[in-house]
Amino acid sequence: MQIKKSSSVYDVVIIGSGAGGGMSGYVLANAGIKVLMLEAGPFFDPAKDSLQLKWPYESLRRGGNATRPMGDFDAAYGGWEIEGEPYTQKDGSEFQWFRAKMLGGRTNHWGRISLRMGPKDFKCKTAYGVGDDWPITYDEIKPYYDKVDRLLGVYGSMEGMENDPDGIFLPPPKPRLNELFVKKAATGLGIKVIAGRGSILTAPLPGNNDRKACFYCAQCNRGCKIYGDFSSSSCLVIPALKTGNLTLITNAVVREILTGADGLANGVSYISKDDMQEYQVMAKTVILAASTCESARILLNSKSAMHPNGLANSSNVVGKYLHDSTQGGAAAILPQLMDRKRFNEDGVGSLHLYAPWWLDNKKLDFPRGYHLEIFGGMMMPGYGGYFGFEGVTVPYLNGYLPGPDGKMKPGGGYGASLKNDYRRFYGTMAGFGCHGTSTAREDNYCEIDPTVVDKYGIPVLRFRYKWNTDEINQAKHMQETSQAVLKEMGGISLMQPKGPESNYGLDKPGKGIHEVGTVRMGDDQKRSPLNRWGQAHDCKNLFVTDGSVFVQQSEKNPTWTILALAMRTAEYLVDQRKKQNV
Amino acid sequence: MNRRESLKAIGIGTLSASALMASCKIKPTEDSSTNNESVKDTTGRQAFEIVRDKALLKETFFNSHEMATITLLADIIIPKDSHSGSASDAKVPDFIEFIVKDEPEHQLPMRGGLRWLDVQCLNHYNNDFKDCTTQQQTAILDEIAYPFKASPAMQPGVAFFNKMRELTAIGFFTSKIGIQDLGYMGNSPGKWEGVPEDVLKKYGLENV
Repeated sequence: MQIKKSSSVYDVVIIGSGAGGGMSGYVLANAGIKVLMLEAGPFFDPAKDSLQLKWPYESLRRGGNATRPMGDFDAAYGGWEIEGEPYTQKDGSEFQWFRAKMLGGRTNHWGRISLRMGPKDFKCKTAYGVGDDWPITYDEIKPYYDKVDRLLGVYGSMEGMENDPDGIFLPPPKPRLNELFVKKAATGLGIKVIAGRGSILTAPLPGNNDRKACFYCAQCNRGCKIYGDFSSSSCLVIPALKTGNLTLITNAVVREILTGADGLANGVSYISKDDMQEYQVMAKTVILAASTCESARILLNSKSAMHPNGLANSSNVVGKYLHDSTQGGAAAILPQLMDRKRFNEDGVGSLHLYAPWWLDNKKLDFPRGYHLEIFGGMMMPGYGGYFGFEGVTVPYLNGYLPGPDGKMKPGGGYGASLKNDYRRFYGTMAGFGCHGTSTAREDNYCEIDPTVVDKYGIPVLRFRYKWNTDEINQAKHMQETSQAVLKEMGGISLMQPKGPESNYGLDKPGKGIHEVGTVRMGDDQKRSPLNRWGQAHDCKNLFVTDGSVFVQQSEKNPTWTILALAMRTAEYLVDQRKKQNV
Repeated sequence: MNRRESLKAIGIGTLSASALMASCKIKPTEDSSTNNESVKDTTGRQAFEIVRDKALLKETFFNSHEMATITLLADIIIPKDSHSGSASDAKVPDFIEFIVKDEPEHQLPMRGGLRWLDVQCLNHYNNDFKDCTTQQQTAILDEIAYPFKASPAMQPGVAFFNKMRELTAIGFFTSKIGIQDLGYMGNSPGKWEGVPEDVLKKYGLENV
């Protein structure tokens, strides 16, 4: 075996093509900088590769999830487990790690929920007394949020809420019927429900001819053939390729970042899945955006004489402060919607309605909060996917409600009567997910497992993540809210309330797929690997632009913030190159 | 408890038990293979998925007796009515044959459950389920099709029928016939302008 070394030296090599890597590549390529992008998975163009508009019967498994955890049409190549690429756990931890190995990464299938963090979210310790403050303020990042809104498009409504800042919005989609029931019930309980905020083109995006406006199939998670929603593949990397300044190598699994005798980064070593050969590429600057946990892994595996504890890790903080959203929720059948009138209720494939966090923590036994993501409607029947098929519940619920003749019958059954029940219950489900804040803590982390390597011989991650009392109390509150809203709208709950033995229904860490924080920024280099620009304190020509840079997440889904921070870091790099500082 | 013990426990004599054993040895035959759609369109599929689908389509899990019973049960669960065809019209048995290979956790409950049902029928009516009279079939199904009122002794049958009913419903309502029956009107490009006025009015949600 020999290592194939490239003779050319790129200005910048970017590891990863998701939200952070895609935005970095887009900004740099458009600034005329010669960029090489390495992606661990295959090329993916939603225009060609999306399974949009396929019917369930066009899938052998009717949309089931045997090979794709979110259903047979979901765009993500990967999942919770990937053959030959394991991760391990420590101290009974059950962290779940979702990886999508493909151009654009997880942005191909994500929920398109595009929220800005607010002023208090950037000053968590000051505002709420937990976690740490970011080294930057909302006002510093606001111009980048604005630019991201204009570049990529996001719908929403102007609300003027202090910690849920408005953006530059396209018109929001109207709610579905079931969602209106949730809104009415939540509003009655004092919960303010507003239009969702999603990166879907509900109107043409000014100045952009490559993307078309949404045609309302609600299938964003399959990827959009007309680029009507935001994916890093369709909206950032493919346009960056057209500049001629970005070179893309797919199926390139990065082993480590290489450094010289001066301690600066000078290239990247990777293995190609295509030929299983080892390669090295050289660059003046390295941008790491492999995803929160993968980026920590690459840094920790990049050991050298100058960086014996892993690259950018003199602080010993890389991998620590891993945190994901808390997640709970509820779903119910609404009896008043039995035998409802049929119409095309697909809408968009993101949120129509949501409820930002609405309470004052001073009166509660946990800090921070959570929001409600409301769903429901006459969805395409399918096996698997996010919601599955409410029909599965019919034989358990048809004994609770009178039949068309007004008479009760025992639950279950078969034959014409049951067949009719499936029709009657269709489109009666409504519910919401609760997504909240977890505080970043030093003792929730990923690290290199000293004994396990993957099929490429790369040492793998080992996770240690436990929810604490604050998060469990928050989950208890989520459940109380859920039960109250379901009761208010007269729904039949599809879930039994959970007790303390199962953390009140709190999902396992990682299941939110909002993990951030492993390579955080901060002014103090003893406590943070990166400075306020996402530049490594220990290695000035190394930048990080994915979710790992977060000091502290909020209950807002992280992607829009990752994009804004990545744009800010890339523009800073362009400026620093002009000043010849890197 | 192994199978021999269970047969003894429910009182099947030597003769019928050995007949059962013999029927158990029937090899899967070609005629019970399914006519699932071939895997022609590989757009957006990963290489390992294409290979896996092809391999699964070549395998046969259920034997012809099991498939006949599945078809019968599926059509009892979802019969033809004035709105739409039956489960077998929608090729539900083919779906069930595929999905138990795709999701192998269904295999044991389905095979064992079908066997449990046949043994019950043999015990009571001296026939396999499929060869029982309609009245006899109804009688046994009525003991396992209502989970909240079934007797403790019938619980294995309840568990089987729950699964059979669920797979039948999924197979039917994700087929072209079933989707039309439900009245799903989406998956077609258009403009979403919200819930129609008359519907909002019906539920008193005009101002929400």
